[in-house]
Amino acid sequence: MAREVLLYELAHARTGDKGNRINISVIVYRQADYALLERQLTAERVAERFAYRRPTHVERYLLPRLGAMNFVIDDVLDGGVNDSLNLDMHGKTLSFHLLGMTMTLEE
Amino acid sequence: MESLLIGCGAGFSGDRLDAAAPVVRTLIQRGGPAALMFEMLAERTLAAAQLLRRADASGGYEPTLKDELRPVLADCLRHGIVIVGNFGAANPAGAARAIIELATELQLDKPRVAVVEGDDLSSEDGQALLKKCLGAQDFESRAFVCANAYQGAFAIAEAIRAGAQVVVTGRVADPSLALGPAIAHFGWHEDDLDCLAGATMAGHLLECGAQLTGGYFADPGKKDVPNMHDVGFPIAEVFEDGHCIVTKAADTGGRISAASVKEQLLYEIHDPCAYLTPDVVADIGEAQVRELGPDEVMLSGVRGHARTDTLKANVFFDNGWLGEAEISYAGPNARARAELAIDIVRKRLEGKMEMRFDMIGLVSIMGDDAGRLLSQVPDGGLPDVRVRVAGRHHQEAMIDLLHQEVTALWTGGPAGGGGVRVAKRPRLLLRSCLVPREQLPASFRLL
Repeated sequence: MAREVLLYELAHARTGDKGNRINISVIVYRQADYALLERQLTAERVAERFAYRRPTHVERYLLPRLGAMNFVIDDVLDGGVNDSLNLDMHGKTLSFHLLGMTMTLEE
Repeated sequence: MESLLIGCGAGFSGDRLDAAAPVVRTLIQRGGPAALMFEMLAERTLAAAQLLRRADASGGYEPTLKDELRPVLADCLRHGIVIVGNFGAANPAGAARAIIELATELQLDKPRVAVVEGDDLSSEDGQALLKKCLGAQDFESRAFVCANAYQGAFAIAEAIRAGAQVVVTGRVADPSLALGPAIAHFGWHEDDLDCLAGATMAGHLLECGAQLTGGYFADPGKKDVPNMHDVGFPIAEVFEDGHCIVTKAADTGGRISAASVKEQLLYEIHDPCAYLTPDVVADIGEAQVRELGPDEVMLSGVRGHARTDTLKANVFFDNGWLGEAEISYAGPNARARAELAIDIVRKRLEGKMEMRFDMIGLVSIMGDDAGRLLSQVPDGGLPDVRVRVAGRHHQEAMIDLLHQEVTALWTGGPAGGGGVRVAKRPRLLLRSCLVPREQLPASFRLL
């Protein structure tokens, strides 16, 4: 039986910003969960998750030795730290928005 | 060869003033060669400093500089701990003079302070170069504010080797503040790529201060961090082959774990196999992070590739003003009254400026400027909601008008509106470009 869990249960994350581009690292708590994330946490799904912020491009980099992946997301800051009307002009809160995604445990 | 300890005293402009002293105490306790870095210059901070310097030619360096250094300067000078900081911002020479002044105030011998220069591109020659690299279009249509290139670690290292006890920089790559002392200590050359890359990533771990030791990390019940109110700042022990072991100031709160190190390792990184700095291209594709003990984590396996022929420059242009104004509504039907308030402001200012509306307590971050998400979020019987209006305009007077319109909701808006606050600040447009390295040599001079 497949069971759904929040990504938050499997991994932690951090946002960094440069200009109008952010990166969000996603790091698994248990290496055993990495393969599942590799299959399910695709650049396409992350782009969908941020659809309201209108990303123009999402790139995923894999770092299996660190149990981590790095998402680089373009143009979600409404102009970036020097330009944005958004309260969170750095996008620092967005890592937890990502962790609110649902993953399906494969039994 | 003996390892080098590098402590971090500040991770941004305005960081806690009591953070550096426990780091310095720990460096002294542990003994051996040591350096203390201060990273206080975010993208925007430098542009703000350039504006300050325009208003007052003696200003434009880190405003908290003396307060940051007062608790640690005497100990660092006495114990041979070299201080390296980008607290020079838009006026490194001014910062250096302030440090010498501080030493006098503290009745210390005059310290040997070096200034690293070569980052500022705001001169006419600098602008001419930028026009070539960035294209003339931005320059013709906008008011130029300032530009600085990211310089590297070698000029810092030369200053230390020439006897500097304090090195003041403007814009340098953040990790170069740690790499500089490491190059000076180990005698690395430009082709010691793995060493340069390893110490660069050590500097990258340190550069945000508490972000390595539990700050921007703690999540109660999930990622618990003890004594966050007293979070200690980090120290990296860098070895001759470039690997490092990170720890934190003794007898402080916070925690360094593999998890916190991995988060900071990837912070503001794009392609992990090509982290571009002025000194080297660092590659963490095969890097390893290993917990050696409590609050003790090793980073190894960082590889280096040859640096690029260009330096990154950030160019800022005037971009008008940002204004914000807020008002709250509470109790039954609060959301409907908040929506009415938004509707009033929208109709009063329609077509006059670009605006964004948020309902703090409902959704205020996740939506885009068009508010498409907000319109779909149901309210769950909110006890209160706060309306936020943000607007931009090239004229400050229009921002004042935005403030007036929200303030007028006290008497002319929905029932029970309270807690109006308004704020404004100048906006800057950032353009980045790459400048040929040979056109921008960095240098140092001892004061």
